[in-house]
Amino acid sequence: MSVPQYRKVAALALAAGLGLSLAACSTKSDDSSDAGGKVTITVDCQPVGAQKELLKNWNDDVAEFQRQNPDIVVKSVSVGEQCNNPPDFTARLAGGTVTDVFYGYMTDLQQVLDSGQAMDIGQYATKDTIPTWDSVDPALKDVFTDGGKLYAVPVKNYSMGLIYNKALFQRAGLDVNNPPKTWPEVRAAAKKISALGDGIAGYAEYSAGNTGGWHFTSLLYSQGGQVLSADGKKADFNNAMGKQVLQNLKDMRYGDNSMGSRQLLQWGDLLTNAGAGKVGMFIGAPDATQAIVSQFQGKYQDWAMGPLPGQDGPAKATLGGGEGYFFKKGLSPEQVKAGLKWLAYQKLTPGKGQFDYVRAKPQNYPVGLPQPLLFANGSDAQKQELELRKANANVDTTNFAVFEANPVPIKGEPRNAQAIYAVLDAAMSGVLTNPNANIDALLKTAEDKVNQLLAAQS
Amino acid sequence: MALTTAPGATRRTGPVAPTPSRTAGRRAGLGRKVRDNLTGHTFLIGAVACFAVFSWYPMVRGVVMSFQRTRRGETTWVGWDNYSRIIADPSFWTAWKNTFVFTGLALVLGYLVPFFVAILLNELRHAKGYLRVLVYLPVMLPPASALFLFKFYAYDPSEAGLFNAILTALGLPTSEWMQSPTMTMPAMVIASTWMNMGGAVLIYLAALQNIPGELYEAAEIDGAGLWRRILHVTVPQTRLILALLAMLQIVATMQLFIEPLILANGAGTQDSATSVAYLIYQHGFFQNDLNGAAALGVIMLVVLAGFSAVYLRLTARQD
Repeated sequence: MSVPQYRKVAALALAAGLGLSLAACSTKSDDSSDAGGKVTITVDCQPVGAQKELLKNWNDDVAEFQRQNPDIVVKSVSVGEQCNNPPDFTARLAGGTVTDVFYGYMTDLQQVLDSGQAMDIGQYATKDTIPTWDSVDPALKDVFTDGGKLYAVPVKNYSMGLIYNKALFQRAGLDVNNPPKTWPEVRAAAKKISALGDGIAGYAEYSAGNTGGWHFTSLLYSQGGQVLSADGKKADFNNAMGKQVLQNLKDMRYGDNSMGSRQLLQWGDLLTNAGAGKVGMFIGAPDATQAIVSQFQGKYQDWAMGPLPGQDGPAKATLGGGEGYFFKKGLSPEQVKAGLKWLAYQKLTPGKGQFDYVRAKPQNYPVGLPQPLLFANGSDAQKQELELRKANANVDTTNFAVFEANPVPIKGEPRNAQAIYAVLDAAMSGVLTNPNANIDALLKTAEDKVNQLLAAQS
Repeated sequence: MALTTAPGATRRTGPVAPTPSRTAGRRAGLGRKVRDNLTGHTFLIGAVACFAVFSWYPMVRGVVMSFQRTRRGETTWVGWDNYSRIIADPSFWTAWKNTFVFTGLALVLGYLVPFFVAILLNELRHAKGYLRVLVYLPVMLPPASALFLFKFYAYDPSEAGLFNAILTALGLPTSEWMQSPTMTMPAMVIASTWMNMGGAVLIYLAALQNIPGELYEAAEIDGAGLWRRILHVTVPQTRLILALLAMLQIVATMQLFIEPLILANGAGTQDSATSVAYLIYQHGFFQNDLNGAAALGVIMLVVLAGFSAVYLRLTARQD
């Protein structure tokens, strides 16, 4: 072959290869059933490879589920950090590459509906497909309901409380079984803990990446406030309660210097510091302790939890949220039923999947945390789940006893939560990084911005 | 004025209907041209396909999306609504102000420093190669890694932070760096300059080495010192490269994104780090507003296109 001919062949091969590559990149739905009449569903949020035990548990669950349901094939999809990273989720949703049964936060409902990718599963979600369906807390079903239509199955929920480091409490001479119940008590405890030195923050708080606004909301709920007016049309935090939230933080940050010098923290930053034993207290959900242990090298025995503090007594309310699985539009009834059966098995059956506490007990994952609280109070499923949890607890459940014994009313997140959180980040970062911050001005600016946002979006 | 041709003559020499033989000849010529360049054209398919799929299509799609709104799976045309909404965003003007401040500071620091480093390297007699590698080394670090180094070691607001330790050792007051609204921008520019300076230094060095040595000798004979030699020989001789790099620098720095994302965890203290690109990211990926993000992207495209036009004019003049 002459050189020019060789070049032509090479160029054609290159072009053909590129064409094939591009064709391979295109997305195409899986066939819903194969030649053998089996129903196939794809499900995301399979644990990533680094989470060896969780991944093995998931794969074992898939194998057992398929053995019990020989006509269903579950294709697991790991999407990296999608389950913890909203931008990844948005990209997949916008790109139309979500799986048949796909994971989302409770606050994602609007986004999912706007993308037009979720289907109404109301007629399929029954006791036939999910035996514990009647026990699932109706309030959680409501979160995923819009216009009378159900779009997802709740699989996890949380509410925030005060998480504290028992080891630091002990060193600071504080009572480990009696966590602070009011914000003045938190301030006093933080002062003692930070006095230990070594860069330890008595109390730590977020102020970046929208997490500052998220926690401002919870702190405001504790004061009895709300982020938006009842009709959702105006900001409602520029008042005495909002000011108290920021004043408490300013007093600790600059009055007592008990919040550490590093600010602009977001989720991983605070938990990294906590895992390193540099944080005395912070607000969070029970599973924050799991993240501290499994991702940030902390120890379960160091951490305990109390209810969210209030200003002069118990908190008026706390922030709640959670997760669920949506169903992609266009699935066949058989696929929807198969997906619901899978979720029933892996997420909503005491003793199976996420509630397989016998399996989890020897693993490095906590059994005994007061979470998730999926089943309604007094329901059969709740009783079974509680019994199993107590019988197999591998963390000291007394560490969460105060939290459980003092329930605080749960409030959900506001509409347009992420846009509002981005605005409120500025108020939080202002008060945590500027000793001369003017709280009135910070709240006024945030109020104006949120009102502008709401007006623009209406 | 004498006419060499009668006014009507042009008509006779104007376009004439092609004869069959001419058309056939042209076709044969075109076919031969295609055949002759088949290899080149085939190789081009790859590049053109890549540009079309990953660059041109997203741009066109972005413009289209900026005039649409998707709600409940229904996409409708909304005219300029997304633009008016995005301009009403409370962070819109802050983001533009921050972006221009960063661009301005980056021009002062990130543009002049590499030029003087290049002059210095050019003047050196010893350890030239070693120092060039040293200057270029940060370019080889992934930007995220370099920025995390700055975030956790250099800009730590406690006295343990590298820069604060240096300031303390010199008896100077320390800074809160990324936690101070006034220091956010300078701190981002310092990190960005350190990361990107190597490439610019190399380009300047190449330009400097093209300056004939006689010009410096003549200037020296005329009694010019180092500063006057730089001002009257080096700068005029590298004028075009300086202008081109300034334009490229403006276009690149206005797309400021990774610095605020990593160093300031996004918006920074009281929005002091919010850039236009970060605001696009916020709208697109956190606020369920891809259409608004597209509109802001188009606005940014128009602004950058202005600078790119200047760049193209400069390069055309060079040609």
